[in-house]
Amino acid sequence: MTIARANRMTPYLFLAPAGAVLAVALFYPICYMIYASFLDWNPSQRIGEADWVGLRNYTKLFSDAAFRESMWVTIKFAGVVVTLEMLLGVGLAMLLDRNIRGMSVLRTLFILPMMIAPIVVGLMWRYMYHPTVGIFNKTLKSWGFDTIPWLSDGSWAFTSIIIADVWQWTPFIFILSLAALQSLPTSAIEASKIDGASGWQQIIYIKLPLMLPVLIVTLLLRLIDSFKVLEVILVMTNGGPGLSTEIMSIRINRTASEFRELGEAAAMSNLLLIVLLILTFAMFIYNKTLEVRAARMRAAEDAV
Amino acid sequence: MKINTTKVWSAAIAVSLTYTAAYADGHTADVYAPYAGTTLVVNFPAHPHYNAVLDVLPEFTEQTGIEVEVDQLQYLKMRERQTLELTKDEGDYDLIAYVVFSKADYVFADQLENLAKYFMNPKLSDPNYDAGDLIEGYVANIGIAGGEKGYLPGQTGSLFGIPFGSETSVLAYRKDIFEKHGIEVPTNYDQLLEVACQIPELEEGMGGMASRAASGHQASHAFLLHLAPLGGRVFDAEWNPIINSPEGVAAANALKTIVDCGPEGGTTFGPAEAAASFMQGTSAMFMDSIAFAAGFEDPSKSTVVGNVGYAMHPEGVRRGSQTGGFGIGIPTNAQNKEAAFLLMQWLTSKEQDLAIAMAGGNPSRFSTYEDAGLNEKYPYSATFGEALKYADPDWRPIIPTWGKINADIGTTMSQVLTEGLDIQEALDGVALRARAIMDEAGYYTWQ
Repeated sequence: MTIARANRMTPYLFLAPAGAVLAVALFYPICYMIYASFLDWNPSQRIGEADWVGLRNYTKLFSDAAFRESMWVTIKFAGVVVTLEMLLGVGLAMLLDRNIRGMSVLRTLFILPMMIAPIVVGLMWRYMYHPTVGIFNKTLKSWGFDTIPWLSDGSWAFTSIIIADVWQWTPFIFILSLAALQSLPTSAIEASKIDGASGWQQIIYIKLPLMLPVLIVTLLLRLIDSFKVLEVILVMTNGGPGLSTEIMSIRINRTASEFRELGEAAAMSNLLLIVLLILTFAMFIYNKTLEVRAARMRAAEDAV
Repeated sequence: MKINTTKVWSAAIAVSLTYTAAYADGHTADVYAPYAGTTLVVNFPAHPHYNAVLDVLPEFTEQTGIEVEVDQLQYLKMRERQTLELTKDEGDYDLIAYVVFSKADYVFADQLENLAKYFMNPKLSDPNYDAGDLIEGYVANIGIAGGEKGYLPGQTGSLFGIPFGSETSVLAYRKDIFEKHGIEVPTNYDQLLEVACQIPELEEGMGGMASRAASGHQASHAFLLHLAPLGGRVFDAEWNPIINSPEGVAAANALKTIVDCGPEGGTTFGPAEAAASFMQGTSAMFMDSIAFAAGFEDPSKSTVVGNVGYAMHPEGVRRGSQTGGFGIGIPTNAQNKEAAFLLMQWLTSKEQDLAIAMAGGNPSRFSTYEDAGLNEKYPYSATFGEALKYADPDWRPIIPTWGKINADIGTTMSQVLTEGLDIQEALDGVALRARAIMDEAGYYTWQ
């Protein structure tokens, strides 16, 4: 009896350390943040001295035009960069999925942008976008074109941060897609060749559907990351001109340090967290339905 | 342990020796003796003034036997660290340098010592300190709180800090360019704006005046720099926002004109970029903090060494140059407050103010600016001293809600500069939002 019980307890025993780490490192800070979001708390106070204000921080957020603007900028930014990066990354992977000499060297070169510290990436692009001495405007000028206000005009600044982000993160998608491509079952591809599928048909009907699970995870990772991007944009534009590039994390950062409203900043962080959770669940459910449908089709085929 | 005791003793002996020598005129020879061997921990920003301070600090230890450990941080980082430190029961810092707008937060949260009890203490207070020589605008802006509007001097005010590494604004201009085209140095705003737009027509590829303009704090700073001399204020005496007054519109127009006629890409400039543009010769004027002057005369950074003239901040309807920078104060939770006061008094004394100025710091005293030796080394000192007589301690409000309002002014100004937002409409929006922020913070409770 006791042995059986001990046996049943064993897995939990082994899980306990991980559970403890999770509780301390994950749940505690999150609970702290959720608690703080109900307080009127400025950094000169201890958390115990802060006043409880209920949902005021949240209601204030939705009536705050600057916050709504930054939410919209974030969604726009995430949507555009992730779409572009997915198209470019998967496209590049398709092109380079062959035996090229020196492929490993090339692969390392391709993922270099990802390895550079974000602050450095920000500075690098800021200098390249510099209105007079930056390489872009210098080149444009020497070719006789008008210079472009890369970071000094609202819509150009938004385009500029997108370019920088695409440059930095396309390799991430590229390298994951390439790995997915190279681990595809050769039998399926060979079968399609024998059936006379063209290159495009192979990509659309065989490769992409088979890569889909990996692509969805990649997409999700990038989406989450792009919602949280901070340093590169902070260094390049610090949210300006106006509010044109003020993504949520910059807004949160400013609310905490510049406006000294820790409660409001916590409320914003919670909203961001909720948005990301919804995204994650949506992806998860989508993935699940696909799997279920595939399983059902397989079952149907077997039945025939 | 033994070594330590010996050290302390030798330090104490050294101190009493120095002090019997230094104050042979008879006044208390061993003021510092009770504190010899104490180690003070001070928090300073990484800033040219404080780098100069590091040059004179060893002298303090030598004279007094009080050791000083300096924790130097980037100034925005410094504020974050202080915010954490000052809320503890026992703080690690005995003396802190604070940015002017922290005054409101720290005093309000009762985190800075009221200095009255130290200046009243005959054992600590040096009768030769000559507080009247401290630059008035700086003391009003950085040191005193509790008087008019809560953050200014007045009948009910008292002293919480002493200006140390403070700054005002002056107009730096290219003497050679002005001479070449026979341009007079502007003394009022009409002339300033005219010259600013005249330069790009006369000099190919050169902007009129380099100004801060980047979204946020920088654009707000640049706007307020013109608001005070043009007769405007952010709030009236009852805390009603009056930033959208005709004076406010004039200040925004002035900023827009300056940026439009300024160097290329000016709308993204922070102070460093604006100064760089002036140093690289792509703009003919620069109106900002005096702290940049030393850089203009440094041949390793500047291409305009020897060609820079300095004039007072031009007059609008009144004179009003900015006041800002740093002050030093003693945290309420400090552990060696009396020794910290002695260090504070020593650093801001006439002798040390001059010594720090000679090493490249910003003086806090009128007498330092009048010093012949300093004027010989830095010829612009006399102009700066003159400008400081008009330093306006109230050019921006120093209240706890300022961070938010400042950011809003800054992003809105940036929209005016880059997206062509109508100025009156923009300022009306700022005033409306500022009113809501002030209302929430309870500024209209008595109305």
